Amino acid sequence: MNTTIVAQLQRQFQDYIISLYQQGFLDNQFSELRKLQDEGTPDFVSEVVSLFFDDCAKLINNMSKSLERPENVDFKQVDSGVHQLKGSSSSVGARMVKNVCISFKECCDVQNREGCLRCLQQVDYEYKMLKTKLQDLFKLEQQILQAGGTIPQVDIN
Amino acid sequence: MAVGEVMRMEIPAGGDLTVTPPELHVLAVDDSIVDRKVIERLLRISACKVTTVDSGARALQYLGLDGNKGASDLKDLKVNLIVTDYSMPGLTGYDLLKKIKESSTFREIPVVIMSSENILTRIEQCLKEGAEDFLLKPVKLADVKRIKQLIMRNEAEECKTSSLSNKRKLVEGNIDTSSSSSSSHDDSSVEDIPSSKRMKSEFENLSSLH
Repeated sequence: MNTTIVAQLQRQFQDYIISLYQQGFLDNQFSELRKLQDEGTPDFVSEVVSLFFDDCAKLINNMSKSLERPENVDFKQVDSGVHQLKGSSSSVGARMVKNVCISFKECCDVQNREGCLRCLQQVDYEYKMLKTKLQDLFKLEQQILQAGGTIPQVDIN
Repeated sequence: MAVGEVMRMEIPAGGDLTVTPPELHVLAVDDSIVDRKVIERLLRISACKVTTVDSGARALQYLGLDGNKGASDLKDLKVNLIVTDYSMPGLTGYDLLKKIKESSTFREIPVVIMSSENILTRIEQCLKEGAEDFLLKPVKLADVKRIKQLIMRNEAEECKTSSLSNKRKLVEGNIDTSSSSSSSHDDSSVEDIPSSKRMKSEFENLSSLH
């Protein structure tokens, strides 16, 4: 094991994950999920977020359909979708996505179709952005493990 | 033995009364696949057996409470705790709670409600209906550990009660038992403690949930 390489990768990982918290992509719940991962379940976090991203795609698609025709918007369905999206983003620590959902709900409550469409676009952007960031994070994890190192515990407080 | 009772008394002849701490079997109900995965892991890491279902209807089916007698054969293990989301399409967590508390077979099983919304009237409503506790989402490991301790403590108290009454019976029957139980309280004050309690005192703690 090349300890220099491992140390470098670990440092990279640490800096990257801290930046994700600092920039507001992730919140404390993500670190709660990381606590649940161990050598026996090394893919737990990536599996959960994968389910989350699939959920995002599905919900966004459904809400998009409901918002499609201006004369016939099913705001109840949109509200239900936002509620679900808010819930799951909260459960994985996807802070930006969750925050957009808060605005999204407000638009829904007043039946503002234009506002809803803007929020829909934003939430789509945010989940895809987070997906890319986390893919990079998990890649770093893999590199550390392959180099024979261990994933650092990161204290975000 | 009551449904939901898990502690088994091992009383070897002439030996100590020992109680083996069992694994709780938890039925987790949530329509969100993400939340199901998280709650399942939280419970497994807390040494519980877990069965997850995606709706209140499926939960009733699993318990055999949906009127379909055949379904009760499906469950391999007795359920010791039910953890359910509040907002679900169809049967809500509250509806499920009511159905469980209305059932003579299952009313003793503690039910914990989870919700992303911190609505006081909702919390009150659930506690009033007999919920053991109310968890604010997102659920954390500390929440699950707390719930587990609560449930285990209730089960242990129930068991101590029956252990003390067994001890009395054994003593009366002139069988030598050197009890390993460290309980030193007055036997005459032992009374049945129901496993599902109204958590009135917990209500004050709810404000510290977030």
